[in-house]
Amino acid sequence: MVTVKVEFLGGLDVVFGKQRVHKVRIDEPSVNAKRLISYIAEEMITNKKDINVFLEEGTVRPGILTLINDTDWELEGGEDYVLEDGDVVSFTSTLHGG
Amino acid sequence: MEVSEELRRELTALKLENARLRRQLEGKEASENKYPLSLEEYKRYGRQMIVEETGGTLGQVKLRNSRVLVVGAGGLGSPVLPYLAGAGVGHIGIVDNDVVDTSNLHRQVLHDSESVGTLKCESAKRALNRLNPLVEVITYPVRLSNTNAFEIFRSYDYILDCTDTPLTRYLISDVAVNLGITVVSASGLGTEGQLCILNFKKLGPCYRCFYPKPPTPTSVTSCQEGGVVGPCIGLVGVMMAVETLKLIYGVYAEDNFQPFLTTYSGFPNQSMRTFKMRGRQDNCACCGLSPIVTKDAIESGTINYQNFCGSRSYDCCSLDERISVELFEDQYKNREPSSYILLDVRPHHHYDISHIPQAYNLTVKELRDMDGELTKIQKHIPNINKDSEVVVMCRYGNDSRLATRLLKDQFGISNVKDVTGGLFRYIDRIDPSIPKY
Repeated sequence: MVTVKVEFLGGLDVVFGKQRVHKVRIDEPSVNAKRLISYIAEEMITNKKDINVFLEEGTVRPGILTLINDTDWELEGGEDYVLEDGDVVSFTSTLHGG
Repeated sequence: MEVSEELRRELTALKLENARLRRQLEGKEASENKYPLSLEEYKRYGRQMIVEETGGTLGQVKLRNSRVLVVGAGGLGSPVLPYLAGAGVGHIGIVDNDVVDTSNLHRQVLHDSESVGTLKCESAKRALNRLNPLVEVITYPVRLSNTNAFEIFRSYDYILDCTDTPLTRYLISDVAVNLGITVVSASGLGTEGQLCILNFKKLGPCYRCFYPKPPTPTSVTSCQEGGVVGPCIGLVGVMMAVETLKLIYGVYAEDNFQPFLTTYSGFPNQSMRTFKMRGRQDNCACCGLSPIVTKDAIESGTINYQNFCGSRSYDCCSLDERISVELFEDQYKNREPSSYILLDVRPHHHYDISHIPQAYNLTVKELRDMDGELTKIQKHIPNINKDSEVVVMCRYGNDSRLATRLLKDQFGISNVKDVTGGLFRYIDRIDPSIPKY
């Protein structure tokens, strides 16, 4: 079992009831980042039509950066990173306006 | 007293000439005095030179000798440009082929109401010349493209990406990587912004390292569409100016630079976060070990940015499913309102600003979420049924086409018409008394 904080930034909160910060508890022996993403898509996006705002081809959609404890997940092992209690996982959608 | 435009222009020209002559004279004095800066420069830049972190005189000389290109004189460019000019960055280039529009002025505060209709790069140049006649400002009233970017970029030390589409963002990063130039890149929308430094001293990362795949076009929102709060995007522009000065002063070096992404949120509480980001990716198509995004590939068009980034398609209605604003006015506007249904599919907060009196308001997303169940629309529009005559309208006539498709195909309403060009064209051609935003 693991309890983490999940944040949706850069406007992604629109598909999570406009709530940016969520406390997520997953009752499984070991949870990696890939599992967290599928959990979010399955359990946290209430409107199934909104899943493509977050997910594409089984992983986060291009244009969304994933950060674990304020660090790019690429530096932390990406999808294989094993979550620990208290981790903060942030998803931020890239902005393009200027 | 009324001063004619011609006189005013002549006065500005004389002032500039005067400043140039003074600069020459002082340059002479300076070389005689053996001081690296002119007396005017000491006076003008003294307050920043005595901040130890700027490196004093040496730092100021670095600023004077540096060449910075700002691509986009809009919401980000507006604060970046005067801060760079004010600080004494010696050579500033501005690329922008757009003209100032009244709707820009709430955030693009470098321009003013008098410059509406003139080129943004020229309007910006005028403002910078007034602020600091000691810096050279060069304008490029062109749209940055794969054929002109190398020629423009090659005379600069730093590129500032103040643009507004993924396409230009990839292009700027790709060209900068090929020329070995560091990029300060930022963006913003609504009340949020993002900032990073790309290709730092050729070490990377570049835009493609962060985003190897472009976002799906439907997920890209522009300021025109999503809106933007002036000081929020402005603050991100100010942050770009800070990063640029630090780069020039040499605060960042090969041994201390850490790739980062800073995010800013203006609402509800202002906050800034800096994330530690990946470095150059070995498999990056542009700055990786075996790059395919080369100068030749970019200039020849082998790298096709249009195809790469794609575009949204609204082409889903046939001609007989669409009517012009004139036809709408003739055939519907004065008819008994209960004999047809006018549906405005813009977001509710847009509708609240202005709408045609008899229009109902449901967004495309709301229609989509109803899964084609007529009873769900009837909660909002009681008298709608499969035989209703429905006319759909949005801001510019794009979303209304998607809505027309949904109403016909999913809800089974056979008589649905889309108003080409939307409410804004209706305002332009038929009723200019409705507020346009």
